Amino acid sequence: MNRETIEIFIDKFIRQEGYLLTLQGLKNTIIISILGLIIGFLIGVIITTVKLIPSNKGWKKGINIICEVYVTIIRGTPLLVQLLLFHFAIFPLMGINISYLAEAVIIYGINSSAYMAEALRGGINSVDKGQMEAGRALGFSFVQTMIKIVLPQAIKNILPTLGNEFIALIKETSVANLIAVTDLTRSLTAIAESTYDYFIPYIMLALIYLGLVMIITALIKLCERRMANNG
Amino acid sequence: MDNQIIKVKRLHKQFGNQKVLQGVDFSVNKGDVISIIGPSGCGKSTLLRCINLLEMPDAGEIIFDGKYLYKNERYFLKRDIREYKVGTPEYNELYNKIAKIRHEEHQIDKVVSKSLNEIRCHIGMVFQQFNLFPHLTVLENLTIAPVSLKKIKKTDAEERALELLKKVGLEEYANKYPSVLSGGQKQRVAIVRALAMKPDVMLFDEPTSALDPEMVGEVLAVMSDLAKSGMTMIVVTHEMEFAKSVSNRVVFMADGKILEDGMPEEIFSKPKSARLQDFLSKVL
Repeated sequence: MNRETIEIFIDKFIRQEGYLLTLQGLKNTIIISILGLIIGFLIGVIITTVKLIPSNKGWKKGINIICEVYVTIIRGTPLLVQLLLFHFAIFPLMGINISYLAEAVIIYGINSSAYMAEALRGGINSVDKGQMEAGRALGFSFVQTMIKIVLPQAIKNILPTLGNEFIALIKETSVANLIAVTDLTRSLTAIAESTYDYFIPYIMLALIYLGLVMIITALIKLCERRMANNG
Repeated sequence: MDNQIIKVKRLHKQFGNQKVLQGVDFSVNKGDVISIIGPSGCGKSTLLRCINLLEMPDAGEIIFDGKYLYKNERYFLKRDIREYKVGTPEYNELYNKIAKIRHEEHQIDKVVSKSLNEIRCHIGMVFQQFNLFPHLTVLENLTIAPVSLKKIKKTDAEERALELLKKVGLEEYANKYPSVLSGGQKQRVAIVRALAMKPDVMLFDEPTSALDPEMVGEVLAVMSDLAKSGMTMIVVTHEMEFAKSVSNRVVFMADGKILEDGMPEEIFSKPKSARLQDFLSKVL
């Protein structure tokens, strides 16, 4: 690497305002992963609830099977394939016409929901059965006991898993540019392509992802320590 | 009769192929302190858990405070009807009876499923494994149910909770989490957690069985005080001393049935059945 390549990069990145594109990419990456995580969590909660609510009615079995199939398909296909499938087949078929960013948020949300559901179920199962019984015996309904007593303990148990899911999601957004979303990877690739110098932009790209993941890891550790203090 | 708070009739319960309760008849008067004793696996705990419907019985009746909590007579009629051929007068008579009773029992089920949570507020329960809520402080453990279910003001609930904690000598632990308590302390908190709901009846499911021997005494002392205060209690226990000295009635169960039911003196000094004699010779 010589002085010239550095100067070319600086020229492109600062004087020609390449950093604005990078910031936009960073913003999109963060939007996709955070909103994806939230959507994934909400769908995951719904799936887990369906699986856990005690009932022996026939229609419930049907919904249960649908949830089972959903989780199997989502977990059984690569994210990349899901991106292509939704972007080129399912969304056009359903006539859905939204921005590429919104598409990405939905697809990443759906993808993470399957993993969330599994994590949540594991977390809830890890809470002692006696907790539910004690809640019911006091007079709480099933849902009240779930919300006030079981879920707070379950979430504490699965916090590390949720953190891993968030980290995985951030790293997986690096393929979102396949459906024409300007994510972090896309923005730095654009800079690299315009200068024919790939070295500095890609090192920078890796460092930004690493930084993001390290920040999140620290935040999760902080959360865990907070929760570990109470009991 | 009007003194009766719980009545159980012909209660049956089966887990898979294992018949746990095979026709239990049993009643509790207000102020009774009843110890249920018997060999393990005889259905003591299941009977207790059926009373507040933590466990759904298969057949029989449970009446709490004059109201049906559970009623399933059709189980017996359905069993009987198999004895007869289709079309015989006996068959038709039973068939009509089932049709009539089914409607009535479904009505009861409907009413109970709506009011079950309310009913459970009147029946306190203490578990073998304490089952305190580990993510809440001792004080929160005591106030969570009164505040959210009885709509008592938080400050009032806390005041009452502290009073209860003081009674069992644990007021300095009010703001600690259950994980720092010993087994005996946890069980005392569990007892006052149930008491905080001001129940009419207290059910104890082997409250001292998970405790180290030196902690059994402190829990039994709390239970004795409670008995003296006039609380109606049903205690499944292996503590024969407690059954003898604190309770006013002892029920001996074996093989899913109540074999003997009487005053402690009768049960312990004049056991009638061979099963009870055998049981007592092993535990005393």
